[in-house]
Amino acid sequence: MTITASSAAAAPTGTAQGGAALGALDTVATLEAFADTMVPGEKRHRHDRAVAGAAPGPGAVHAGAVTLLQLPELGVGVLLPELAALLNTEATAWALARGHVLLPSQPPFVALDFEDRTHLAGKLLSSAGLHQKVYVLLALFSAAAFDTAAHLHTTDALDKRHPGLTWLRFPAPGTDGFWRYPTYSYGKRLAHEHPHTTAGGHPA
Amino acid sequence: MSVTERTDVLVVGSGFGGSIPAYHLAAGGARVVVLERGPRLGSRDFAHDQRIGSYTRIVDLVQGDGITVVAGNCVGGSSVVYFAASLRAPSFVFERQGSLGHRLWPNALTRSTLDPWYDRVEETLPVAQQRWDQVPYPGGLFAAACERAGRTCNPVPVAVDLARCTNCNWMLNGCHFDAKRSMLLNYLPAATAAGAEVRALHEVQTIAPATSPGYRYRVAYTVLDPDDYRLSQGAGAVEAKVVVLAGGAMGTPVLLQRSAALLGGIPRAVGRYFSGNGDRVSIADVDEGKVGELLGLESSPGTPYEGFPVGKPIGSMSYDRLDADAEEFTRFSLQQIYFPGITNILAQATDRPESSWFGVEKKELRSRWRSWLSVLAMTEDDNEGRFGLPPATGSFTRVASSVGLSTLRYRPTANTLRGWKAADEEARAVLERDGLARVRPWSEVVGSLSAHPLSSCRMGDDPATSALDDRNELRGHPGLFVTDGAAVPTSLCVNPSLTIAALAERASRHIVEGAAESGVDVRYGAPAPDGSTAGRRGVLKLLNHR
Ligand SMILES: Cc1cc2nc3c(=O)[nH]c(=O)nc-3n(C[C@H](O)[C@H](O)[C@H](O)COP(=O)(O)OP(=O)(O)OC[C@H]3O[C@@H](n4cnc5c(N)ncnc54)[C@H](O)[C@@H]3O)c2cc1C
Repeated sequence: MTITASSAAAAPTGTAQGGAALGALDTVATLEAFADTMVPGEKRHRHDRAVAGAAPGPGAVHAGAVTLLQLPELGVGVLLPELAALLNTEATAWALARGHVLLPSQPPFVALDFEDRTHLAGKLLSSAGLHQKVYVLLALFSAAAFDTAAHLHTTDALDKRHPGLTWLRFPAPGTDGFWRYPTYSYGKRLAHEHPHTTAGGHPA
Repeated sequence: MSVTERTDVLVVGSGFGGSIPAYHLAAGGARVVVLERGPRLGSRDFAHDQRIGSYTRIVDLVQGDGITVVAGNCVGGSSVVYFAASLRAPSFVFERQGSLGHRLWPNALTRSTLDPWYDRVEETLPVAQQRWDQVPYPGGLFAAACERAGRTCNPVPVAVDLARCTNCNWMLNGCHFDAKRSMLLNYLPAATAAGAEVRALHEVQTIAPATSPGYRYRVAYTVLDPDDYRLSQGAGAVEAKVVVLAGGAMGTPVLLQRSAALLGGIPRAVGRYFSGNGDRVSIADVDEGKVGELLGLESSPGTPYEGFPVGKPIGSMSYDRLDADAEEFTRFSLQQIYFPGITNILAQATDRPESSWFGVEKKELRSRWRSWLSVLAMTEDDNEGRFGLPPATGSFTRVASSVGLSTLRYRPTANTLRGWKAADEEARAVLERDGLARVRPWSEVVGSLSAHPLSSCRMGDDPATSALDDRNELRGHPGLFVTDGAAVPTSLCVNPSLTIAALAERASRHIVEGAAESGVDVRYGAPAPDGSTAGRRGVLKLLNHR
């Protein structure tokens, strides 16, 4: 029998097994754990459970995944507790099937270790189940927080050295907030063109 | 309360398919109303911004079953958000048979009969042939890799004013500098100047027979809330003598399906034979050291490439596998393309099937983002997509800002898969040679992804497999025309906008005739929107020889 959760609790309190009602903090922790599975990062503090600490540097959580999910314009805020509950139900089933004991001090998905989170997320995202599209959206938004800082204006995000954009080495705009590349080309012919090209540059 | 108005011609949608007939009919003297679901924005509104709420106002991600489609949602349609690669379809495409075993395009259409119509479009949307010194770094890198692998590569013709273009690579957001020649800069303003009325945030829901004498169709719409497209602010109806459907290949068939009973039945082919243009995207993780060593390139002193975010999204392209003599389903083009960060998630990092596109290695791959190169293969798919029962309103069910769920189901056949495999192999042969890069097709967790939806209400000669005749009229419904991507019979092996536009130019003559027969005082023969007449002379010659 493997024990996958230590009793060292992070900020979230309360328990959430199966589809039981989640506290707001449990919802946040569960969504964080999912986002961290998509783009993993360093633990924020010693007792961080939601962020598994599987990779050096910032991850989706540091990049603002939960803030993005709660953005009114996104229109998914009301679904989040339900989504977190779904994830936790799946996590409980996953652990039970493998004989893992999940300590009740954490929401079940948070209590899974990184490898289990990865396998479970992979299963949820790829199996043609009822909720697959919803999990895909959750994955997409988690990544969008990292890759595009989708909850911030891009120029502000760059000013604040947003962790995801910094990781990508996203280029900086001009002083007016627009991008321009006066030098952008190698400036020379790099291949022979297809012999059957029309005068306008189209295939024949 | 709903008000019924009357007009001569009602156009649904304002992309390539809608703007072009709207212009010709209005310029010819007809009263034209265009109803467009999306908002009206202009260059000053198009910010360089990835925040939700900026570009997501004008572009939708529509999830089907086995395919996800990206499409524009604004006045100007997808032309506002597209990447402006403007290509004529190769001649063999018009001869395609697919797995049905007979020619799928109407006999009246070949590359040479369409060429004068392509000319007409290019007169209005000047298509620039990029010179090599105007091809941005990613296109240059792809070209150099092709050359080294013994292939050819071409600069891509683009509907961009190259003198105004700043190579910012923000085309998905709409062009802030008015360099991209979207419909907002030519056909639409010309249509408006000729008296056409374009109404934004008007989503058409049904088409039914009109009740007023002399009018044929009654088109019902809802007015959408500008801050939340899921909400409606009112409703109305317009009666028209002629209706032109141009809601795009994701919109038109759904509208017709919902109207089927009202219209007393629709052709069997409506909502079937959808094609994603055989789109197949791969990411190459390029080794900067090898770029320097093998290709001798330098984008800035000491840096061979790191140019992924720079330029116009589409720069160069290989026509090598567009061989007319090759077997069907083995031909494709390979095009260098840039996608904004929102699609980064789809790049695969490992071979582990379950988690190849997320997790630790994927994050590692992101650290080399500036060294990515992506390629789009446009292959010969098998028109295997099909729409299910329509949702209560709209073209799909909106679940979040700019995200929708469609009933479209797409299961690639063995033929399509064969084309994708051939394209993947060719991308590897070019880009993985001597370890230049590592190529990985996008994850298929969302199914395939297409920005080029086509064929869901297609033209043809065979009523069993085509919804429209060769004049773009819906079979059995006089005065009801379809002129958008839905009408294009097959995938094209190149980007489709120029072909959609050329077919819409060609159909405009027939729609004018249809309108005149319905009693509208309208004539065909408008010059190009800027007054040029060379294109008109070209096609009139053709029409007179019929
Ligand atoms: C990101 C992106 C990049 C692209 N890049 C290229 C490229 O480089 N080259 C190329 O050739 N093609 C490109 N394309 C594809 C090209 O833009 C489309 O093929 C083309 O615009 C389709 O024209 P259309 O008239 O069929 O539909 P659209 O241009 O999509 O217009 C349809 C319009 O109808 C409206 N509509 C839909 N339903 C309704 C309704 N019920 N009531 C009222 N209005 C409705 C929609 O909001 C939309 O504005 C790209 C597309 C995208 C999304």
